[in-house]
Amino acid sequence: MDDVAIRIEEVSKLFRLYDERNDSLKATIMRGRRSRYQEFWALNDITFDIPTGTTFGIIGENGSGKSTLLKCIARILFPEKGQIQSRGKMSALLELGAGFHPELSGRENVYLNGSILGLSKRQIDAKFDDIVGFAGIEAFIDAPVKNYSSGMYVRLGFSIAINIEPDILLIDEILAVGDADFQQRCFEKFAELRQSGRTVVIVSHALGNLRSMCDHAALLEHGNLVSVGAATEVVDLYRGQTHLDRVADGEHGTRWGSGEVRIESVRIVAADGSSPSVVRTGDDVTVLVHYRANEAVEQPVFSIALRRMDGQDVAAPNLRDANLVPEKVDGEGWVRYRIGRLLLLPGAYDLSVSVYDYTLNHPYDHREQVLRFDVDFGTPHEEHGVVSLDGEWTLGVGEP
Amino acid sequence: MAVQTTGSGTRVSRRRRFHRRVAELFASRELLVNLTLRELRSRYKRSVLGWSWSLINPLSNVIIYSIVFSVVLKVQPPTSPTGLKSFPLFLLCGLIPWMFFANGMGNTTESLLANGNLIKKVYFPRELLVTAAVGSLVITLLIEMGVLMAVLLIVGNMVLVWIPMVLVLVFLEAVLVLGVGLMLSVLNVFFRDFRYLITVLLNVLFYAIPIVYPVTYVPVEAHVAGVTIPMRRIYELNPLTRLVGAYRDVLYDTRFPSVSTMLIIVTAAVFCFALGWAVFARLQRRVAEEV
Repeated sequence: MDDVAIRIEEVSKLFRLYDERNDSLKATIMRGRRSRYQEFWALNDITFDIPTGTTFGIIGENGSGKSTLLKCIARILFPEKGQIQSRGKMSALLELGAGFHPELSGRENVYLNGSILGLSKRQIDAKFDDIVGFAGIEAFIDAPVKNYSSGMYVRLGFSIAINIEPDILLIDEILAVGDADFQQRCFEKFAELRQSGRTVVIVSHALGNLRSMCDHAALLEHGNLVSVGAATEVVDLYRGQTHLDRVADGEHGTRWGSGEVRIESVRIVAADGSSPSVVRTGDDVTVLVHYRANEAVEQPVFSIALRRMDGQDVAAPNLRDANLVPEKVDGEGWVRYRIGRLLLLPGAYDLSVSVYDYTLNHPYDHREQVLRFDVDFGTPHEEHGVVSLDGEWTLGVGEP
Repeated sequence: MAVQTTGSGTRVSRRRRFHRRVAELFASRELLVNLTLRELRSRYKRSVLGWSWSLINPLSNVIIYSIVFSVVLKVQPPTSPTGLKSFPLFLLCGLIPWMFFANGMGNTTESLLANGNLIKKVYFPRELLVTAAVGSLVITLLIEMGVLMAVLLIVGNMVLVWIPMVLVLVFLEAVLVLGVGLMLSVLNVFFRDFRYLITVLLNVLFYAIPIVYPVTYVPVEAHVAGVTIPMRRIYELNPLTRLVGAYRDVLYDTRFPSVSTMLIIVTAAVFCFALGWAVFARLQRRVAEEV
């Protein structure tokens, strides 16, 4: 299996869903049993190979078993049936900075974490400057990590994990850490790893990234392997599938949030007041959001996000960036986002609408892909790219 | 290096798996050192007196026990062949190994639960957490032993030549504690109130072995309802009694422990370790799901 980095053979993983769990001796003796549980197969007879030197995506909905599979590969969980073989040094990015000891300094934690990930002291010595430099925390390296900001903490954890240069790197949806600059450096680091022939396995549902980053992908659904093959095909299959699912239950995509404010409906309104499902490049288009607040909510931030079918984010304006966050909402209301000239090029687009608290950390209601609409050729008549720049061509002869 | 994770329907023989496991443990010795250092560093990091706590603690115990047992209850320490007769020193020869044992039980029991986050997120041989808990206590024990031996030297016990024997005893006790600890750590994940049971057991054990009194205080025979019970015999079956006795033989009396004593200690250490390893190997697979 020289060209196979990870071989997954007939792997099944059983979880116990506890109805009752007596995790004390006393309760166990009094009840006469330790627990009562239902068995739940999180993974069902999964078999596939991950070739050496490729970037491999594992995709699927929440609860499809993709993270469980990653943890089995990382040897954190043990499958009940089947086996997983891997070749080479493996490093898993399941949580950044896991194993940091808050009382110890950044320097001590680098050595500790490095050795947990399998490096010798000499190897860490050699990479120490890179690790600290990449995380950008040179000034704080001798301070205890409990005094670090959460950003510094995560950056240091990421920097250690990625700088140990494993043969196999396992990543669980954590690319969204740090600021844009740090993310950019992460992507460069990934590219470097790929070029040097390392195997990278990514679990994610950030499809846009996956499609461009991965060579191969596997699609899981309810613990079963649905498809494995070229990343573009598998991602498209998944996208088509979720689209079908969504059409099947009306206009609903996935939805989450605590519900203090609920987004009742989302509509696209054309200049003439109609609600078309197809608009043209250059049209006057308004997104109309109807909401209901079940209690008084202070400073809710409404956002809309526009994404092309292949996962490419186009724009995501929100009220906070526009400096128009209302002091308070209570009861029914609406938010309108008018696009005087819609400069999207022809294609299908998904609209997600959400309302978060002011920090954008807590979702009141997030409706992912709540509406899909098509854009057809209009003015300007362009085809390639994401948006039209609405520029103007002029021609002449001689010196400009 | 090829690594395999297998389910119960395994192709890999038990023996090969054991060998691989041992090789893996050996390969991660540097991690063991780092985890041990982490334990040591964090233990006294936030305290004003730092490392001196590791000496202040036993010192306060010695003062308390000496007053209660030697002054109030008039326990007579035996006279050693070297003419030494001192209750505090007699006490320390048993108390220091005992504290290693008791702290070992407590720390290993918590070692997996306390590192739950690490276990759920990173793979490494889980035994190392328990071993590091024991390892950091071994360091403490060696320091305390060093101080005790210095004092014994001053009062005229030529203990220097006995250093190898002390190291053998420390090793055997560490193996014993590690074995019991492996078992307790993983059981504590499944039964969270195990630690309370341990506290009670340690309290009983403390008085059930000759720490604050000499073995000779235990009656040879007891008569209960016309039946003769060989109390001293039963008492001396306890490997911990033998262990404390062995330390005292070497340090206080400066002589070799008896062959039977050494046999019981070695047997207990090997048995506990084998049992602990087996229980741990069996239950650790589900630890990441349960912590």
